[in-house]
Amino acid sequence: MQTSFSPDQLADPHVAFSESILRRCVHCGFCTATCPTYVTLGNELDSPRGRIYLIKDMLENGRPADAEVVKHIDRCLSCLACTTTCPSGVDYMHLVDHARAHIEETYRRPFIDRMIRALLMVVLPYPARFRAALTLARLGRPFAPLLKKVEALRPLGAMLDLAPKSVPPASRPVAAAVAAPRRGRVAILTGCAQPVLDPGINAATVRLLGRLGVEIVTPQGEGCCGALVHHMGREEAALEFARQNVDAWMREIDGKGLDAILITASGCGTTVKDYGHMLRLDPAYAEKAARVSALAKDVTEYLAALDLPQQPSQGLTVAYHSACSMQHGQKITIQPKLLLKAAGFVVKDPAEGHLCCGSAGTYNILQPEISAKLKTRKVKNLEATKPDLIATGNIGCMTQIGSGTGIPVVHTVELLDWAYGGSKPAKLG
Amino acid sequence: MSASIQFLKPRQDILSRRATIIADLLELLPPDCLVHEPRELVPFETDAFVSYRRLPLAVALPETTAQVSAVLKYCHRYGVPVVPRGAGTSLCGGAIPQEDALVIGLSKMAKILEVDLVNRCAVVQAGVTNLAISDAVGPDGFFYAPDPSSQLACTIGGNIGMNSGGAHCLKYGVTTNNLLGVKLVLVDGTVIELGGKHLDAAGYDLLGLVCGSEGQLGIVIEATVRLIAKPEGARPVLFGFETSEEAGACVADVIGAGIIPVAIEFMDKPAIEICEAFAKAGYPLDVGALLIVEVEGSEAEMDAMLAAIVEIARRHGVKRVKECQSATEAALIWKGRKSAFGATGRIADYICMDGTVPLSQLSYVLKRTDEIVKGFGLRVANVFHAGDGNMHPLILFNANDPDEAAKAEAAGNEILKLCVDAGGCLTGEHGVGIEKRDLMRHQYSTADLDQQMAVRAAFDPQWLLNPSKVFPLDGRPAI
Repeated sequence: MQTSFSPDQLADPHVAFSESILRRCVHCGFCTATCPTYVTLGNELDSPRGRIYLIKDMLENGRPADAEVVKHIDRCLSCLACTTTCPSGVDYMHLVDHARAHIEETYRRPFIDRMIRALLMVVLPYPARFRAALTLARLGRPFAPLLKKVEALRPLGAMLDLAPKSVPPASRPVAAAVAAPRRGRVAILTGCAQPVLDPGINAATVRLLGRLGVEIVTPQGEGCCGALVHHMGREEAALEFARQNVDAWMREIDGKGLDAILITASGCGTTVKDYGHMLRLDPAYAEKAARVSALAKDVTEYLAALDLPQQPSQGLTVAYHSACSMQHGQKITIQPKLLLKAAGFVVKDPAEGHLCCGSAGTYNILQPEISAKLKTRKVKNLEATKPDLIATGNIGCMTQIGSGTGIPVVHTVELLDWAYGGSKPAKLG
Repeated sequence: MSASIQFLKPRQDILSRRATIIADLLELLPPDCLVHEPRELVPFETDAFVSYRRLPLAVALPETTAQVSAVLKYCHRYGVPVVPRGAGTSLCGGAIPQEDALVIGLSKMAKILEVDLVNRCAVVQAGVTNLAISDAVGPDGFFYAPDPSSQLACTIGGNIGMNSGGAHCLKYGVTTNNLLGVKLVLVDGTVIELGGKHLDAAGYDLLGLVCGSEGQLGIVIEATVRLIAKPEGARPVLFGFETSEEAGACVADVIGAGIIPVAIEFMDKPAIEICEAFAKAGYPLDVGALLIVEVEGSEAEMDAMLAAIVEIARRHGVKRVKECQSATEAALIWKGRKSAFGATGRIADYICMDGTVPLSQLSYVLKRTDEIVKGFGLRVANVFHAGDGNMHPLILFNANDPDEAAKAEAAGNEILKLCVDAGGCLTGEHGVGIEKRDLMRHQYSTADLDQQMAVRAAFDPQWLLNPSKVFPLDGRPAI
């Protein structure tokens, strides 16, 4: 579609990149149909095409963000279903990233919103702080209904609701014995929230890969991938997390070498795979970040290449929930299901599998109403497949869906570990 | 922005009363259902005919029949023009607003109200997407036949407005052949029902009148549509030819031999390359033109029909015949075809024509289309419903170059005139909108148009509904 930017505006590489994205959009409207917020709210302003238009108008006019634009961009889950649907190849992810950064630079949010976001940013990416916060949240739980009565404080209520009733003890994945013959050497992202909420996921990965002859390393200095602050528009903070991880992994790459960097939370995977783009304008990091992104793989993507043998039937039906960051962000669709089938599970696809469950990073905290509607819709579709359990590859979805159903929700890799000689996931009793 | 197509001059009396009108509408609608902040109106300024843009006065997104009725009644009383909008996927500007008009969008009215398999029909709200109907009844072995390429997103209300077609309409007919009834809100807010669950209704066939009336006779808020039983099997087969002319002649001979497959779709070389790059469907890249022919029925029926088509294709020098091997491959073949327009966005901006010609003229019109577009120094990609003779040349241009944009529009007008002169018509399924409005005189005599306008005026004497569309601005009756 037509754009109107001045040469001066286009001298800014961020604007120039967004302009190239906008030029691809033909305004066909296909993206509206698969957008969770459009199908929930029925307003084009809450659809990808509407947001693209709002962003275009804001950037073309070099205008600071305003409350109207912010409202509709904030409602975007960044699920990226639109990028799967878009026939024209519009890179919505980087466009909305730019818009979010622009909002942070030019818009002053209301006080409570600022405080809540600041709280999330100083707590969630840091495991020790997050663990402490979860303990406090348990004490605060009785106040959740009260908080939800005040609109501006609803995110706090949602936060308390989401906090698990118990937090597993702190642990780092113990290096497992590596069987011969050696098939590879990989790093695994420890991350931030996942090891606090569910350390069993990476532990299962380490055990499974160890049995398969893959050595796993967790280099010192890596941590949160930066997605959390990135999606809040804090570009510099996100790049700092990215640089830190790139440094940690580069030491291994330049040392004993790495065959892959494995990520067990697809939300983080999408971001690590984007480091090359995020750091493209940083001469000191551009090349290193591109190398890291090229090595980044979801754990199921890596396992799919290992040709695991068919296992006998487990007698269990699994509803597979493809996280948005998995299917839309990383375009990984069939590998996890093929792995589960090979592991002996009956795998069911829920209806409306393309729609987000409403988790979306901190979305279920910041946009609790829309998130709750999407959760209900998702749980209904999952339960309709009459599964024994639900499997997915992203901790956010596990927490979100788990808070809406009595059916156990496990990580795909926990089931694979079990099927290939490991212990039964604790959640399955 | 292209400028050659004019809109009606906005009425100052309406513009000056904007604040009052919005305050009044807020009495009739919940706050979430009225968009009126200037910034928020910008995304509604156009549809998929993105070369033309006009900001609306405001956008109403009603949730109930009563709200649609109340809003229309208000607009009627105070003379406020109204532009109906479904998903805004019109390729002819059917949903583009104007400065003094209220857009009434049906996107919040998107429920399937009833599925009646015994009577093979479904009752749906106007904002339901075309594909959602087939998705809802698919597990029971039924589908809704008309399948515009935008069926994922476009709404049944919009389909009725434009009498939309699609690839599979060759066998099953277009919207009007699959529509049994509508609930229509007239311009004064009166709610009427036309048709029902039966194939024909007593009295005048007003349903036929409403289907394709581009939102000018009222706003459709509910539709009763026919459901068709899914065939036993369906198989798309790819036929590759050296030239577009050969492929075009083959289509004419297939239909002329009395063979009616479900779909015969055509792609020329540029279109094949665009679609293959997006869908990776396995379209042959070493041919000059491709036909996607879908046959359906039992294995024996499909084999027999295919054998007859292959025989004819051989006479036209077919170079490649490729049967699809799996359901996944079939899905990709259709995904590529249905995404053709959007996928074109990867290489250029485009405008899409919609002329329909007699099949005997297909090869000639293809050749002339190519000459016309080349004459303007532009490129063209052809991807269309060949079995119906419904052509969709995509004229490729650079929207940031005003000169190219003007040339693309001029080339499009010449192509559409060519289609009419070849014995065809301006639009097969997209509608007239604003895009083809000024060419209507090339298609119709003054008497023809006067009669159509008289019908329009019988429903909407003040010309409030979608007023800038369909009829050329000159020669309209004085209001």
